[in-house]
Amino acid sequence: MKRFSDGDCVKVLALGKEGHVRIPHYVRNQIGHIAGYCGTYLNPEDLAVGNTSGQAVDLYRVAFEQRQLWPNQPIPKHDMLVIEIYDHWLAPAQETSDAP
Amino acid sequence: MPHDHHHGEHEAIITEDEAGNIEAQIIVDALQDVLIAKGLLTALEVTGAIAKLESPGIHLGAKVIAKAWTDPAYHARLLADGRAAIQELDISVTEASIIVVENTPQVHNLVTCTLCSCYPRSILGQPPSWYISKAYRARSVREPRKVLAEFGLDLPEDTQLIVHDSNADMRYLVLPEAPADLQTRSIADLEALISRDHLIGVTRAVT
Repeated sequence: MKRFSDGDCVKVLALGKEGHVRIPHYVRNQIGHIAGYCGTYLNPEDLAVGNTSGQAVDLYRVAFEQRQLWPNQPIPKHDMLVIEIYDHWLAPAQETSDAP
Repeated sequence: MPHDHHHGEHEAIITEDEAGNIEAQIIVDALQDVLIAKGLLTALEVTGAIAKLESPGIHLGAKVIAKAWTDPAYHARLLADGRAAIQELDISVTEASIIVVENTPQVHNLVTCTLCSCYPRSILGQPPSWYISKAYRARSVREPRKVLAEFGLDLPEDTQLIVHDSNADMRYLVLPEAPADLQTRSIADLEALISRDHLIGVTRAVT
């Protein structure tokens, strides 16, 4: 049962996990929107240590405003970044007000 | 023409000693010698595997794009399920999933992999050296418009730029806009216009 639908507002968690994690630091603690569902995939955190029998996890494409990721740069408001995030790195979030 | 760029100073990705030896290469060579001596592997099998790795290239990607430009139903299938549509053309796709992102007059797409070198290798072959450089990987998400400018693409501010970081299981291909004189060109002609850089998104216009 997938937790999120397209357009849902989500926050990327900063789980502080060690090892082969595929969630780069620049999106941790950032708020974005679900841009698509990719299906279920084996967790690379398990695969990296040879555990191929772990549970498959939901993978989503999440879109972020570039301006929000890099606040000190003059970036056009419509520029976006889309990245894949596994379900356990996501939490539901509230829409943030888009104050200038 | 595809071309490799050098923008600024890249740090060395691999280190060679004075004799040109790469540490990993020495280990691989030793392992290969042992496996061949034990009869578990032949040199021909090794060169065959290398040839297979190196045989995909822009000719396959160009075939996909030219087909999408000239066949509206294929275009729709390609955007809906990239992997399935590419396999229709007898290209064996080894990636789990291919997402095709379409450029329009309003939108430009750029593909990167900040964590390593994820790339649609079964379609485009091995990535160019700049794609796996730390400079491209970091700057393609942090200041993509500057990176594009260094590739000669000054993207107007009113064109939306969408950067796709292939950090996990998806792989991406950019579907560029067709040239204005699409109708007057043959398929072979169209394929010749399409470069690897178009499919990564570091260049835009196909002319």
